[in-house]
Amino acid sequence: MLKIENLHVRVAGKEILKGISLRVAAGEVHAIMGPNGAGKSTLGNVLAGRDGYEVTEGSIEYEGRNLLELEPEERAAAGVFLAFQYPVEIPGVNNTYFLRTALNAQRRRRGEPELDSMQFLKRVREKLAVLHLKDELLHRAVNEGFSGGEKKRNEIFQMALLEPKLAVLDETDSGLDIDAMKMVADGVNALRAPERAFVIITHYQRLLDYVIPDFVHVLADGRIVESGDRTLAHKLEEHGYAWIAERKLAGAA
Amino acid sequence: MASALLESLLDRDALAGASQAPQPAWLAAARRAAAASFAEDGLPESRTEAWKYTSLRALEQRKPVVCDGAASARAIDASSFALPEIKGARLVFVNGLFRNDLSNLAEQNSLSIATLAAADPGALEPWRAALGREYHGVAAAFARLNTALAIDGPLVRVAAGAKIAEPIHLVFIGAAADREIAWHARALIEIEAGASLRLIEHHVGAAAGAPQFGNVVAQYALGAGARLDLVQIQNAADDATLIRRSEFALAADAVLSAHALEVGAQLARHDFDVDLGGKAASFVSRGVFALRGRQHADTHLEVRHDARDTVSDVLWRGVADQRARGVFHGAITVAAGADGADANLSNKNLLLSPHAEIDTQPVLEIYADEVKAAHGATVGQLDERAMFYLRSRGIPPETARHLLIAAFCGAALGNVPIAGLREHLDAMLASRLPRIGDV
Repeated sequence: MLKIENLHVRVAGKEILKGISLRVAAGEVHAIMGPNGAGKSTLGNVLAGRDGYEVTEGSIEYEGRNLLELEPEERAAAGVFLAFQYPVEIPGVNNTYFLRTALNAQRRRRGEPELDSMQFLKRVREKLAVLHLKDELLHRAVNEGFSGGEKKRNEIFQMALLEPKLAVLDETDSGLDIDAMKMVADGVNALRAPERAFVIITHYQRLLDYVIPDFVHVLADGRIVESGDRTLAHKLEEHGYAWIAERKLAGAA
Repeated sequence: MASALLESLLDRDALAGASQAPQPAWLAAARRAAAASFAEDGLPESRTEAWKYTSLRALEQRKPVVCDGAASARAIDASSFALPEIKGARLVFVNGLFRNDLSNLAEQNSLSIATLAAADPGALEPWRAALGREYHGVAAAFARLNTALAIDGPLVRVAAGAKIAEPIHLVFIGAAADREIAWHARALIEIEAGASLRLIEHHVGAAAGAPQFGNVVAQYALGAGARLDLVQIQNAADDATLIRRSEFALAADAVLSAHALEVGAQLARHDFDVDLGGKAASFVSRGVFALRGRQHADTHLEVRHDARDTVSDVLWRGVADQRARGVFHGAITVAAGADGADANLSNKNLLLSPHAEIDTQPVLEIYADEVKAAHGATVGQLDERAMFYLRSRGIPPETARHLLIAAFCGAALGNVPIAGLREHLDAMLASRLPRIGDV
């Protein structure tokens, strides 16, 4: 589904990603872990198509297409979703209206029929029930005045509603209490499906106790320095990121 | 300043006509005095502080004809001023003159509706203070000119204690002709003690032709405990010049709630003057201007707190695209003795093009004690983070832009108190914003 080859990315003239390669197949859950400043969020933003991220080398192929040639809205319609680390408040834009506009814009681009407001609301209610969310969320402006936890839950709700093929979660667990984090995990687990893949970017392994990843990669200084199964997350938790640095040094020597 | 404009505006025949019409002697005298002071001080120039951002230079060589001889017969498309769900009285003025054929004077108890040109001289006595008001300084040049030359306009009075259910619709149409026309209209509205009224002041353009110059002074008086819900819609023709002055005098406990949408005219200037003269009088203003092309709109709001516990709450939004220029001046003065006043002014603006310009000037002057006052003004661009957020969810950039701009303006037009009008204003605003496909 996703094939990242030797990806180099520069932000504001500084090289942040220094040759990342990663393959994600449908149905898989990949966790990307790493210390602050390793380039985790850069990876998420490049996948979603944010401005200001210059790819100097390498490629990203998504379902056989060159992802880097697509505009952000084209990527969304093709099934790429980024749960933002810092969701943006948009005063005056009603959450329901925003979601319906987004969903129908994606459907239109894919050549699918748009949902009328009844069909849309039915779908919204189903998703709210699965995520145990209050529909009060729908009547508010997008993220306006939301607590940190509410914002993250709203991201998961959007993901559930938009049903992407490739969901990238950028530190969705950071700053959440245990209940909110379980809710996020439930949301992800409810969406796990053979045709859908997840890339979960996180600083801590905590979330990975609830969303069991198939693969764990450690990102440090713009490179993937270690890949393994879920046990790698536990080793990291036990030994800390310094352990990776030491192993790297040992390998170099 | 001896410009061609000044000389043609002070047309001898028009002046003679205005001062010879059947009218009380005090009004004829007021007209003569206003014409004389206008001739002496002339038009505002760039060094006139209140006109600093609005130049009349482009008008200088214009020679409009004062008074439209054919105003009573011009064909007007009624759809140009139709508003949904507004069933109350409607008074339509074309180039400053009343048009009975387009109006609807539903008789109603406690509501008296007349027109300036048709009123008996004796019947003007209650309007003497307003009609005869003397304007000082060159900044008020057009109000002087209006006093001298406006011979028609609506006279609306709501009797004490009356609650008028259906909104009144006042329509001022600038109808283009073969030649450039200058026209003047004077509106007088009084809501007596304890009465309430909803009113729509609607400025539109009709027919293509020479650009024209309109000058409207509207004077509103609210008695003790009176309430006015006012919606002012300015959608004048794209090539029109429209100068307006709205004055409000509020007695104790009176409430003025005003909404404004400014989208029309080539050059629009609106002086909005509020005197909170009675204890605990309160004023809420919500407004939006949305400009494009080479439009220039200058909203000049002045609020005076002259009594204790008075409240003003002003929230305006401005949007300028292409080469448009917007000006917002919001001045609040809390006079000595107006203790306990509460004043709030917020003006946020959005530039949609590198060639657009918006100047905002909040001014707060406080001479009283125990006053709560806050003001803020900003000029900025669309939030790139919000744009990316919307696009990352699949929303195309032009729709995202439109969504953000509409939301930005919605903060000011969210609570229009007349059913059906909100949607109409939203649609009118949307039609002036950068185009989008269907949502």
